[in-house]
Amino acid sequence: MIPPLLQVEDLHVEFATRRGRVQAVRGVSLDLLPGATLGIVGESGSGKSVTAYAVTRLLDRAGRISSGRILFRDQDLTRASEGDMRALRGGAISMIFQNPRSALNPIRSVGRQLMDALGAHQDLSGRERRDRALDLLRDVLIRDPERRFEAYPHELSGGMCQRVMIAMAVACDPALLIADEPTTGLDVTTQKTVMDLLARLTAERNMGMILITHDLGLAVQYCGDVAVMQEGQVVERAPAATLFRAPRHAYTRRLVAASPTPRSTVQDLVGEPPRPPPPPRPQAAGTPLLLEVRDLVKRYAGFAAVDGVSFSIRPGESLGLVGESGSGKSTISRLICRLIDRSEGTILFDGQDVGGIPARDFHANPLRREIQIVFQDPHDSLNPRYNAFDCIAHPLKRMLGLRDGAKLRARVEECARRAGLPTELLTRFPHQLSGGQKARIGIARAIAARPKLLVLDEPTAALDVSVQAVILKLLDDLRREEGLAFLFVSHDLNVVRMMCERTIVLQQGRIIEEGDSRALFAAPCADYTRELLAAIPHFDPAPALAG
Amino acid sequence: MRALRAVGRRVGRRLVASAPALLGVVVFTFLLMRVLPGDPAVFFASGPNAGQEEIDELRRVLGLDRPIPVQLAHYLYDVGTGNLGRSLTTGQPVLRDLTERLPASLELTVTALILALGLALPLGILAALRPGSLLDHGVRLVCSLGVCVPTFVSGLLLIYVFYVVLGIAPDPTGRLDIFAASPPDITGFLLVDFLLVGDMEGWRAAAAQLVLPAATMALFTLAPLARMTRASMLAVLGSDFVRTAKSIGLGRGRVVLVYALRNALLPVITITGIVFSTMLGANVLVEKVFSWPGVGSYALDALLGSDYAPVQGFVLLMASAFVIVNLVIDTLYGIADPRVSIE
Repeated sequence: MIPPLLQVEDLHVEFATRRGRVQAVRGVSLDLLPGATLGIVGESGSGKSVTAYAVTRLLDRAGRISSGRILFRDQDLTRASEGDMRALRGGAISMIFQNPRSALNPIRSVGRQLMDALGAHQDLSGRERRDRALDLLRDVLIRDPERRFEAYPHELSGGMCQRVMIAMAVACDPALLIADEPTTGLDVTTQKTVMDLLARLTAERNMGMILITHDLGLAVQYCGDVAVMQEGQVVERAPAATLFRAPRHAYTRRLVAASPTPRSTVQDLVGEPPRPPPPPRPQAAGTPLLLEVRDLVKRYAGFAAVDGVSFSIRPGESLGLVGESGSGKSTISRLICRLIDRSEGTILFDGQDVGGIPARDFHANPLRREIQIVFQDPHDSLNPRYNAFDCIAHPLKRMLGLRDGAKLRARVEECARRAGLPTELLTRFPHQLSGGQKARIGIARAIAARPKLLVLDEPTAALDVSVQAVILKLLDDLRREEGLAFLFVSHDLNVVRMMCERTIVLQQGRIIEEGDSRALFAAPCADYTRELLAAIPHFDPAPALAG
Repeated sequence: MRALRAVGRRVGRRLVASAPALLGVVVFTFLLMRVLPGDPAVFFASGPNAGQEEIDELRRVLGLDRPIPVQLAHYLYDVGTGNLGRSLTTGQPVLRDLTERLPASLELTVTALILALGLALPLGILAALRPGSLLDHGVRLVCSLGVCVPTFVSGLLLIYVFYVVLGIAPDPTGRLDIFAASPPDITGFLLVDFLLVGDMEGWRAAAAQLVLPAATMALFTLAPLARMTRASMLAVLGSDFVRTAKSIGLGRGRVVLVYALRNALLPVITITGIVFSTMLGANVLVEKVFSWPGVGSYALDALLGSDYAPVQGFVLLMASAFVIVNLVIDTLYGIADPRVSIE
C-alpha cells in the first residue's frame, strides 16, 4: 500500500467579509496517490479553487483555514511555518493559474522569470540557470526558445504564456501540480495542446496532478478520479469513467445532464423531453431575406479582421458563427449590429442597405429596433447605476417613445416574464443579482423593442453550465414563440449545433465551411472544422441517461 | 537596442509635439501681462509727481505705445533669438537673472524631492505590507499633516524649533552664511561646486542652510508620493503575478522588491514627475520664508512690480521645465515598462 502524497481531512476554510464570516469550504476530504490525477469539478462558488489555495496556503488575506488537516508526505501543511511553506511551494507543490497572461510579471522577461523559479530552490550559477531555463522552454514546446527567452508576456499569445507558466511550475520537479482552470479563456485547440502537454509532463515526471475545472469533459478526459464539489463540500467522488456514466448524487446528475455533448439537445440539458426542430416557416415566394451580407470586409490598420464574408439569414432562422479568437466572429456581429463601420461590402437588412449608414448615426434609424444584441459579459454590459427595470425600460423609451408610466411598466414586466426574470427582482441593481439573472436582463432588454434579428455574442460564455442550460432553453423557446432570427456567435461548437439550423465556420476572417448544422457537425468537410471538433473534450454519458 | 531606439523615437516625437504648446504659453503670458492692471511706465517713472510727458516718453522708450500685435511680433522675435528682455527692477537681462537664480531653485527642489522620495517610498511600502496596522495609520497621519499645514507655516515652525529653540540650524537666510566664502561659480549648484573644489567645510555649511527649506518642501510633497506608493503597492501585492511569485517559492524580500515594487513604481514615476514640476514653480513661499534667492521669489517680485519681461521669462522657463521633466519621465517609463514601447 503506497502512502498517499496528499491527504486533505475535513478541511474548513472561512472568509471574513463585510457581512461576517462566510464558510467557503465545509469539510472537504480528498486524497491523491503519487503520480495520480484528480479532477475537482464544480460551478463558481463551489469552493474548488479555495481548496487548492488552502493546500498551498496562498489564500487571500481575508481567508483562513479554520479547521482540518492537510497532510503532504505526512507533514501537516496547516501547521507548517511560512519558511517551510516557501520551501515546499515550487519545490514540492506547484500551481498553474487561470488567465496566464496576468499570472506572469508584465515587466520581466519570461526567461528571467523562469530563472527566478529555478533559483528559488536550487543552488545554480547564472549560466546553469539560463541553460536549464532554455531546456524548460524547449520542454514546453516553445519554438525558438533563445528568442522567446527575452520576450515579455505581452509579446506572447495566451497559450504560450500558459506554457511558460507550466515550465515555471515544473522547473524544480515538484511532486504535486495543482492546475486551477488552466485553459479557461483559451481557444479549444490551444486548450488541447496545453492539456496534452500537462498530461505528458506530469506522466513523464511522475507528478501528481489536481485539475480544477468547471468543464466536466476536460476533467473526464485528463483525470483518473473526479471529485464533484457543491457549496463547499465534495458531493461525489469516483473514477472519471464511472462518475459520468453512473452519477449517484442528484447534483452530479444535473451537472452531467447540463453539459452539452455532441448528441444533446437544448431540452436534454434541462431534462425535458425533446421537441422537434421548429418547422420551417411557410415562406411566400419572393419573401426577402431578413439579412443579406455580401463581401463584407473590415480592416484595422491595414489588417483585414473580416475578409470578404457573405451569408444570409431568412426570417426566423438561426445562424451560428463559430471560430477561434481572432477569426473575426465578434467583429462580424458588431458590423451587423451597426456598432462599427464596414470597410467594404454590403449589408442588406429587410431589403434595405444598412451598411452605408454610419455606425454613430444608426441609433436614430428606425431599423435600430429591428436589430438588437445580447452581449457576452452579462455584468459589464449593464449600467451599474440602473436597476433591472431601468435597463429594460431604456430601449422602450428611446426607440418606441413609450413614456406613459403604466404602459411602460406593463411592457417591462412582460419582457421580464418572457425572459424568466421574476418581477420582484426588477427593483434590484446589477450587483445584487446573480450571473444568470443578469443574463436574463440582457435578454429582456434586447427583446423589449420587438426586434426581428437578435445577435447573440457568446451569450453564455461567462455562465456556469447549469445556468447556461437554462438560458439556452429560454433563448430557444423565445425563438420558437416570437419568430426571432438569431445570429449566434460562440466558440462552443456543441452549443451552436444545438441552437442553430445553419452554421458558418470562420478562420482568420474568412468562411471556411458553411452548411446545415447537423450535417456539418456529423461530417465536416474542411480540415480546420475537423480539427476544431476533435479538440472539444468530450465524454459520453450512457444513452439511458439522456432521457 | 530595440527598446533604446523606441525610446529615442518617442523623445523626438515629444519634443516636436511640445513646440506648439511652448509657443502658446509664450503668447498667452504675453497677452495676460498686457491685460493685467498696472502700467510699468507709471511704476518706473521718476516719482508719483512725474508728469504725463515723462510717462509718455517712458512708454515710447519701452515700446509700449505701439499696437499689441507689433509688440508681440517683436517679443516673439526676441525670444526666438534668445533675448528675454531686461528686468526693470534689477536692470539686468532676464536671461542672466534666471540663469543665476535657477540653480538655487533646482538645488532646493531636487534635494527636497530626494528627501521626499527617500521617506515616501519606504513608508508607502511598509504601509502597504501591513494595511490597517498602527504603522499604516501613522503614515496616513504624517501625510495628512504634511498636506494640511501650509509650507510657510511648517517652514516657520521648523525655523522656530531648530534655529530659535534648539539652535542647531544655521541662520535661515539665503543659501550660504553671509560671512562664508562662496565657491567659484562652476555649475551654480553650491553643493556640487564645493565638492569640485574639495572644500568640505563649505559643503557642510551649504548643506546645513539647505536642510530646513528642503525639509519644508519635502513634508509638503510627502503625501502624494507616499499615498501613491501605498495604493499602487497594495494593488500589485494582490495581483496574479505576485501570487505566482509566491507559488514558485520565491523569498519574501524578492517577491516584495523585485516582483511587487518594480511594478508598483510605474505609477509613482508619473506622480514624481508631476510633483517635481509643481514644486519647481510652487516653492515661492518656501523661498520667501528662507530668503532663498531662487527664480520663484524673483518672478513674484517682478509680478508685484508690473515688470513684464521677468514674469514672461519665468513662465517660459517653467513651461520648458515641464516639457523636459515630462520627457524624462516618459523616457524612464519607457525603459521601466516594456509594454509602453508598442504603439
